[in-house]
Order: sequence, then structure tokens, then C-alpha cells
Amino acid sequence: MGNKITETLTAGLWKRIPPFRLVLGLCPALAVTMSAENGLGMGLATAFVLTLSNGAISSLRNIIPGKVRIASYIVIIATLVSIVEILMKAYFFTLAEQLGIYIPLIVVNCIVLGRAEGFASKNPPFVSMIDGVSVGIGYAISLTLIGSIREILGAGTWFGNPVMGESFEPISFLVSAPGAFVTIGSILAIQNLFSRWRGEKFIQG
Amino acid sequence: MDLIYLAISATFVNNILLGQYLGNCPFLGVSKKLETAIGMSVAVVFVTILASTFTWSVSAYVLKPYGLEFLQTLTFILIIASLVQLVEIIIKKQSKALYNALGVYLPLITTNCAVMGVALLIAKKELGFIEMLVFSSTSAIGYGLALILFAGHRERLQISAVPQSMQGTAIALVTAGIMALAFMGFKGMAS
Repeated sequence: MGNKITETLTAGLWKRIPPFRLVLGLCPALAVTMSAENGLGMGLATAFVLTLSNGAISSLRNIIPGKVRIASYIVIIATLVSIVEILMKAYFFTLAEQLGIYIPLIVVNCIVLGRAEGFASKNPPFVSMIDGVSVGIGYAISLTLIGSIREILGAGTWFGNPVMGESFEPISFLVSAPGAFVTIGSILAIQNLFSRWRGEKFIQG
Repeated sequence: MDLIYLAISATFVNNILLGQYLGNCPFLGVSKKLETAIGMSVAVVFVTILASTFTWSVSAYVLKPYGLEFLQTLTFILIIASLVQLVEIIIKKQSKALYNALGVYLPLITTNCAVMGVALLIAKKELGFIEMLVFSSTSAIGYGLALILFAGHRERLQISAVPQSMQGTAIALVTAGIMALAFMGFKGMAS
């Protein structure tokens, strides 16, 4: 039992880290990572939803009939997302304004539904919540990383503080739409290279 | 004139896929072949227009008058999910040919954030009925356009020599980035 918990906990941080290994949830990863702060905020919001939805779905897994399970999962997830949306508007108003429609769009983030269907529907609540925490934190780390790269090179700042010298000319291409695709594609390629060097097997196609 | 402006803005300048980054999961999933990309595009156009009409009506006649805006997320996703199921059942019953062409893409659309995204954008921009119709149809057409163009690129990529670490998703994302760069060129046309 202890083994399984540790394994689940670490899987989300490297073996299953979204959106690189688990190629799910790309839309927010591309859209809100203009800055490290936005990436972190979005990642934590998703992690919160993921943990609680995994817990709730796993507790109800024997009650929900198989045929309507997707619809039931969506109702649970949508309720949690509404809670996050209201909480963020109350306590982090500027962040909520910047993330805009991408907060309600956590509902259709494939990661949340993917973990519900792939993990929570087959495992007991506690392990499922651990899986939610682990994948969620992995996602938050990835988003912060993408946000940091784009913010440092694209605007010369990190979490809003200037980090590059005065003579630095920002590559503004990186903070606009195309930069997001290229950044994630490059990180993915570097990760593949590293995995190959370590002799690991690929998960993604 | 405003409507033409809105249409150009939604199709090209703020392309739902390359400018607003919505609907990327199916974008990478179904764009390996041109045929599947065309099927998906048609399904998305159909469902987006239908879903936007329904969500707009519910938002305007139920949520707003009763001050229930906080239920927006929940209602929208439920409307979209049940609508997709309904459309699937109706198509299956009425037209076998259409079902064979679109059937497999319909369940995927529930989790396509483009549909939900367009509905939310319409609510956020507070568009009127005609504007809503123009915006949803042109956004969906823009999505289809980007998807079909991209599928063409990926078919070519399969026969070209890509470095081993870049194969698969990595090169697809970089290609999408270059396409997004091309779409940025439309920026002068509208905002």
C-alpha cells in the first residue's frame, strides 16, 4: 500500500507529467502562460479541481451507473470549477481577470476528465486524491516552466521582476500566440532527447 | 459593415485555434489525415453553431433575468454535453451516411474546448442574436480552416526526415507555431 502511494505520488512529476508526457490539457498550457505568475495560478487552480474531483468521483465510483458516467463526471467537475471561479474572483481578482475564460474552461480540460476516467474510476478515494495532487502539481510545474521561459525571454522579467540586464532586447515573438506553440514544441523535443539519453521508453506517440 | 468586420476578426485575426488556443487536443489528435480533419471540421461547425444558439438563449432568457450568472459554467457544459448526445442520436436515426461520416467525432466534441470557448466568448462580449450567429459560424469555420490546412502540413511531415527527438507531437507543435505566425499577418485587417 505504501509503495503504491509513493509510486502514484511521483508518477505525476515525471512519468506522467502533463502536458508533456500526458499530451492533455494543451489549451491552457498555450493560452495563459504569457507569464510565470499566470502559469502558476492556472496550474494551481487545475490541481485543486483535479484533487477534489478525483476524490469525489472515486468515492462515488460504485454508485454512478456506467452508461451516464461521463455526464456525471462533468457535473461534478463543473461544480468544482464554479467554486474555483467564484473563489478566484473574490480573492485574486486581477489574476482571475487575466485568466479570463480559461478558468471556466478547466471543465473541458482533458486532464481532469482523463484522470477521472483513467484513474479515479478504478481506484479507492485516497489513492485517487494522491494521483490528483501529483498530476496537478506536475501540471503546475510545467505551466510555470513554460511561463518562465516565455516571460524571461519574451519580456525580460520573471514574476514581474526584471531579471535580464538593461541591454537585453526582448524577443516579443515569444509572448504572442506563435511563441507558445514553439516553446512547448521545443521543451517536448528536449524532454524526448533527455529520455532517450536515459534510455527510457516513450509514452507519447 | 460591423458584421463583416466581426466575421473577418473571428475567422482570421483571432482564429479560435491559432490566436485563442482553443481546441488543441483534437487539433493534434485528428490532424494526421486530411480526411479525418475534414470530418472533424464539419462536425465542429455544426455543433458550435447549435451550441452557441442554445447557450445564448438560455443565458439571455433564463440566467440573466433571474440573476443566476454564477451557474454559467455548469449550465453551458450541460447544454453542450446533452446537445452532442442528442445530435448523435438524431443523426444515427435519420441519416446513416452522415452518421458514418461524423459519428466518431461527435463524442470527442464534448471535451473540445473550442465549442465551450465560443459560447463563453459570446457571453463575455455580450453579443446580440445576429452577431452571435455570425461570430459562432465564422469562428467554427476558422477552426476548420486551420485544422484542414494543418492536416495538409502533417501529411507532408510524415514523409520528411525529422530529427528523432522532434518526431510526433514536438514537430507538430512547432509547425503549428509557424502557422500561427502566418495567421498573425492578418492582424492589420481587423482587431
